[in-house]
Amino acid sequence: MINYDEILNLKPFSLNRSQKTEMLTKNLAYLTKHHYNNCEIYKNMLDVIDFDEKNVKTYYDLPFIPVSLFKQLELKSVPQDEVFKVMTSSGTTGQAVSKIYLDRETASRQQKTLVSIVSEFTGSARMPMLIIDSPSVIKNRAMFSARGAGILGFSIFGKKKTYALNDDMSLNVEAIEKFLAENKDEKIFLFGFTFMIWKHFYQELLKLNKHFDLSKGILLHGGGWKKLASEAVSHEDFKNRLTSVCGLCDIHDYYGMVEQTGCIYMSCEYGHLHSSIFSDIITRRALDLKPCEFGESGIVQVVSILPKSYPGHSLLTEDEGVVLGEDDCKCGRMGKYFKINGRLKNAEIRGCSDTYANKF
Amino acid sequence: MQTNFENLEYVVGNSQTIENMLPMRPFAPFADCVVDFLNALSKALMKKGKNFSDIVTFGFWCRKSAILKQKEKYDDLSSRIGRGIVFHSTPSNVAVNFAFSFASGLLAGNANIVRLPAKNFEQVEIICECVNNLLKSDFSNLAKYVCMLKYSSDEKITDFMSSICDTRIIWGGDQTIANIRKSPLGPRATEITFADRYSIAVICADEYLKMNNKDNIAANFYNDTYFSDQNACTSPRIIVWIGDEKEKAKEVFWENIEKMVAKEYEMAPVQVVGKLTALFKVGAAHKVKLIPQKSQYITRVKVDKIPGDLMDYKYNSGFFFEYDADNLSEIFPICDKKCQTLTYLGIDPNNIKAFISEYRPEGVDRAVPMGKSMDFDLVWDGYDLIRELSRKFAVI
Repeated sequence: MINYDEILNLKPFSLNRSQKTEMLTKNLAYLTKHHYNNCEIYKNMLDVIDFDEKNVKTYYDLPFIPVSLFKQLELKSVPQDEVFKVMTSSGTTGQAVSKIYLDRETASRQQKTLVSIVSEFTGSARMPMLIIDSPSVIKNRAMFSARGAGILGFSIFGKKKTYALNDDMSLNVEAIEKFLAENKDEKIFLFGFTFMIWKHFYQELLKLNKHFDLSKGILLHGGGWKKLASEAVSHEDFKNRLTSVCGLCDIHDYYGMVEQTGCIYMSCEYGHLHSSIFSDIITRRALDLKPCEFGESGIVQVVSILPKSYPGHSLLTEDEGVVLGEDDCKCGRMGKYFKINGRLKNAEIRGCSDTYANKF
Repeated sequence: MQTNFENLEYVVGNSQTIENMLPMRPFAPFADCVVDFLNALSKALMKKGKNFSDIVTFGFWCRKSAILKQKEKYDDLSSRIGRGIVFHSTPSNVAVNFAFSFASGLLAGNANIVRLPAKNFEQVEIICECVNNLLKSDFSNLAKYVCMLKYSSDEKITDFMSSICDTRIIWGGDQTIANIRKSPLGPRATEITFADRYSIAVICADEYLKMNNKDNIAANFYNDTYFSDQNACTSPRIIVWIGDEKEKAKEVFWENIEKMVAKEYEMAPVQVVGKLTALFKVGAAHKVKLIPQKSQYITRVKVDKIPGDLMDYKYNSGFFFEYDADNLSEIFPICDKKCQTLTYLGIDPNNIKAFISEYRPEGVDRAVPMGKSMDFDLVWDGYDLIRELSRKFAVI
């Protein structure tokens, strides 16, 4: 059994390498066994690679499965009547979506963990919250996806929630002005998705030549850099430009995925993403899947001690990243710090079957 | 007749060419002028395309001597004549396939409208340039028999080409076939479709261990598989071992392949993740075992029995099922309709013939020695292209 409450009582960035290794190894090995015994598909998969727990020295030696399997298989380790909700990843129409089966316990751990990690950056008091998105993201069931779930999830850190955008994604200047007037002297919590903030908030403010004073605000944003990278906007640019247009300077990017909800990786004041005591990242070399050295780019594996109702505690992602160091970030937080380079590049596979037929 | 379409780009010929095709006077198969044209094309390509192994392969294939050898296999050519116009829809991600399709159509005696790959390949440019040069000089009499064009998805154009052709050839797999079949053919027109297929390899362990050219064998296997990302219809997806010393042979075989692949192949991380996903997907459904390798270049998945749906789990980029068999006939369950090529090593082809005639499987259209799976032949995917693309007349 994982003594989860005990871990939750610890500060989320308080364990050094050897303490964290011991804790993760014990708990992740337990979870591997738990899922092996409770999820038949997972058991079959580990049997394919002849997994033997006797060979496990640290959690680096535990098996990992590709994250896209959650799009193709029904992976759950609890009986159907204990499934409390099924989370799905975002995905455009026609694309397969991940299905994550949550029981009450796992869902509750996710929320508590998120609170523990995020409060480290925001403080524990609830702040007036400005959501840089349109209210329809929540209202419209068809659109309800990772974006909606993200907003709902992070809403626990806010009060007096206000949406900064109209349903047509235009800037709701009136609402923002009213919100700022009402919360004049308070610290404000802003939340949104990176690209939405860039396109519908920053660029609009620029166009309208509007200058709100958000210097007392803190912004959390996530959801990938792919679109921004294609517009050649770096993390630095993103921060600096937002500062210049509305005074916002307390800005934190996060990395996370629906398959490991709760264990997000927050960026610190030095722009480094940090792993908390609840989870870790390991980068692996493509050619042998052995762990990379610090500083070397590799395929990102994520581990988390939260997933109990589905075998998602050790996943190989489709992202490429670099671990920059461990326990020695200038911000003082313990644990690994890293950056994500983006999605693995798609390889154009040859072959007779015309995979591009529909595009031509 | 409307032959000017907005999205249509003529690469060889022009809108006039198609108009000139009607009425059409086809040739007899292997007509002298066609054989001479292909020979001249071969010469031009051996010069201009010498840096591309696939162009060289095509150039070598359409030499006069090679073509005349093919001709000898037919005993009824004097009563055959081309069907008329052949419309070829070629795959967009393989460069030189269109040239083989075109040459087959021409050899059978037809005029040819060839839809070229949408992707820009240098090989396509070179071949089309050589064809253009020949049609403008020594072979102007053939100009109205050749039209090559490019267009992006436009039903109107496919509708038109389908309505005027006597045979339609569709490469590019099930999805493409379904798309193009929305365009009706004329009442007498025929169709040849190259659907999604997979292939297998059979190796005799004892014979392999006796062979002393193991580097060559590795290169041959590489050409059958990794050269096309193991994703061509002809690429073996399952390796069946027969003979006594299977384990020893496998060890030597894969070690040689791994060396070859490490030297020649660029494996992107996304392919490695894809293979791992494929491994666990098949593992979720069937009892299989991963045979660990030193690197991720090769993924070997051992199956103890061959489930009927095994090929639903096939993958590319060096992902091999392996099966130990006591004798050749154990491959019967995977020789279904979708099975195309059987590549063999160390096995007497007569044994394969005997297996096919005794078991009469639904699939397996050809058996070729290892290394030859990609070699184009006028008999392809079970179709004898010369006969399919010509009609036979009877005078009594």
